[in-house]
Amino acid sequence: MSWESWSDFFAMGGYGFYVWGSYLVALLCVLGEVVLVRNRRRTLHKQLGLKDKSSL
Amino acid sequence: MTINWFKYASPASFYFLAGRMIPFFIIAAVILLIIGLYIGFFVAPTDFQQGEAYRIIFIHVPAAWMSMFLYVVMAFWAGIGLAFNTRLSSMVASAIAPTGAMFTFLALWTGAWWGKPMWGTWWVWDARLTSELILFFLYIGFMSLQAAIDDPRRADKAGAIIALVGVVNIPIIYFSVQWWNTLHQGASVSLVQSPKMATAMLTGMLIMALAAWMYSIVMVLMRTRMIILERERHTAWVSELKEGVSK
Repeated sequence: MSWESWSDFFAMGGYGFYVWGSYLVALLCVLGEVVLVRNRRRTLHKQLGLKDKSSL
Repeated sequence: MTINWFKYASPASFYFLAGRMIPFFIIAAVILLIIGLYIGFFVAPTDFQQGEAYRIIFIHVPAAWMSMFLYVVMAFWAGIGLAFNTRLSSMVASAIAPTGAMFTFLALWTGAWWGKPMWGTWWVWDARLTSELILFFLYIGFMSLQAAIDDPRRADKAGAIIALVGVVNIPIIYFSVQWWNTLHQGASVSLVQSPKMATAMLTGMLIMALAAWMYSIVMVLMRTRMIILERERHTAWVSELKEGVSK
């Protein structure tokens, strides 16, 4: 383990801005895609008169 | 009626099969992501050259791999759809594109945020970066073209052509670091010297790549199911689905 403390962990040896800047955007991209897919599915199921839980 | 049923059997059965498979891939993706991040942040040691900045590798390399891999898979299914007129393969191709574009964007973004502290610049117009940017435009082009054509079958065919032509770009991206003198480093693993470091870093990277793979499968299956429903909304089996649900 490379970390002495949580602040040490978040500092990432001085590269925290770049490391977390990458991970944050990755998280946002993945969450964004999941939200888009689920919204599209909800709209479609509503249009077709399917109940949302009918299928994953 | 029987003929109709057989005609639609493939997308319909895929719809239900995919629906049953999705939960398992979600579980696999979440578990692999947790293990991968744990190894990436708590097991993998500090890099002797790049310090902690190298930890971007655990997203950057899997994202870059997926961006190229998904493109090849997309072009493959689009090509099969074009050659054999199999509708489901074209639907899968369309379902892959947004996830591929997302990973391409991530590879570019994390590359920039790694390049800034290591090279001193967010971006250079070198072979590896430029060809990856072209890959992003290929995905966007594929999606825009398909969105611009109303008839789904014609959209499939037009998309397949752009996808197949764009495959040329994949070996260019992959070999760009060998063919041209670029800022981008070569094989990611070679910058590590101690075997112990290589093992933990490589393991973390591979597990994150597997997680990205599982995630992509979930997204593609979900999107394929929606495309199937959209295109088959007037068929008998979708009507049965509605009736079955409303009961």
